[in-house]
Amino acid sequence: MADNGQDLDLNALSDDDLVQQMHEDLYDGLAEEIEQGTHILLGRKWTPYDVLTKALVEGMRIVGIDFRDGILFVPEVLLAANAMKAGMAILRPLLAETGAPRMGKMVIGTVKGDIHDIGKNLVAMMMEGAGFDVINIGINNDVDKYLGALEEHQPDILGMSALLTTTMPYMKVVIDTLKQKGLRDDYIVLVGGAPLNEAFAEAIGADAYCRDAAVAVETAKQMIAERWRSNQPPATA
Amino acid sequence: MGRAPRTLLIACGALAWEITDVIRLNGWSHLAVQCLPAHWHNTPDKIPEAVRAKIRENRGRFERIVVVYGDCGTGGLLDRVLTEEGIERIDGPHCYQFFAGREAFEALHDAEPGTFYLTDYLVKHFDRLIIAGLGLDRYPQLRDDYFGNYRRLIYLAQVDDPALDTAAEAAAQRLGLAYERRFTGYGELGTFMARAARPMEADDGDADGRLLA
Repeated sequence: MADNGQDLDLNALSDDDLVQQMHEDLYDGLAEEIEQGTHILLGRKWTPYDVLTKALVEGMRIVGIDFRDGILFVPEVLLAANAMKAGMAILRPLLAETGAPRMGKMVIGTVKGDIHDIGKNLVAMMMEGAGFDVINIGINNDVDKYLGALEEHQPDILGMSALLTTTMPYMKVVIDTLKQKGLRDDYIVLVGGAPLNEAFAEAIGADAYCRDAAVAVETAKQMIAERWRSNQPPATA
Repeated sequence: MGRAPRTLLIACGALAWEITDVIRLNGWSHLAVQCLPAHWHNTPDKIPEAVRAKIRENRGRFERIVVVYGDCGTGGLLDRVLTEEGIERIDGPHCYQFFAGREAFEALHDAEPGTFYLTDYLVKHFDRLIIAGLGLDRYPQLRDDYFGNYRRLIYLAQVDDPALDTAAEAAAQRLGLAYERRFTGYGELGTFMARAARPMEADDGDADGRLLA
């Protein structure tokens, strides 16, 4: 990171200024600076959860807004995501140790015949940043792989992604199989990918279409909360 | 010739050269073509309503309008527009398939889902559409973010041109992919255009017999 041609000493910044600087470094996709800032905040006895939410997730939220508004484009979002990934790599083991709040569990993967994973990985990272346990099963998943992961990990949410018009119908194959096995209502099913839309999600029987990672996080939180409320016993008078 | 065009083809700019070549080879002066920007390849959400606007702009000026776009990543939204407007398009999800032919393309994809395809147009404009379009000119470190899951690049060639073959192979090397070339000619594009070229009342049979493409 350079400031007027000179290196900026992150250690010299106050907490607030450092967090602000990390937002800017995320925006600029500067992975090394994000690693450094993460270490500095942890050294100042910040909890891993606070570093994650206040420095990284908030920074990516700003990136997401500017992507949605056409100010940033895919390459810049990828750089920002790689910077956040660098910070997450430091925080992940610490988050597990310190018992940060957990929102739920998600299995996510790209459907059979499709090897595209940029958006899916971004969703996985932002879901993890929002406090979900995320099991990312990668690309080119057939129905057996999805079912196996659901059986093994017992998530609250199944996320499916596709970039190709030719592969997105496979999501219906997975959902129909869940229905046939009587498992459909066990999971919140979220779908996403460039050629998808709400009408498609409704037609195949998904719970929601998520147009980007931020929407995926908000939708997941909302649906988890609704499910939690509906599972509570009715209040007695 | 002297005949005013009676049929309009609304097409992706990436097909302009091929379409005008088929028209020239067959002497179909009654076909006209209008193209929309090829770089919308990377932003397909712009395509459906732009096609609708082009249809409405030209309705009444031609006896028939047809669209030469695949679904092209619009997720069915282009087809919804065309259904609403009562307009036919060439079959298939993208130009790779209608150049290669449905069965051949599906076999290629099934054999290796991690295949990146180029056509003549994409080879000619590789630097602008792929390298600059994906930001790899500014951020070459993102190559594996985009292409890490790909294994091979297949150049679907519409014409025999050694220079394009060389350029396509260089593109594959640049992306770190194995290279393969398949000659397709104009494939189903020619067949579709032959149907569009026939008088409307004769549009119920096989036109392949008089197609030069």
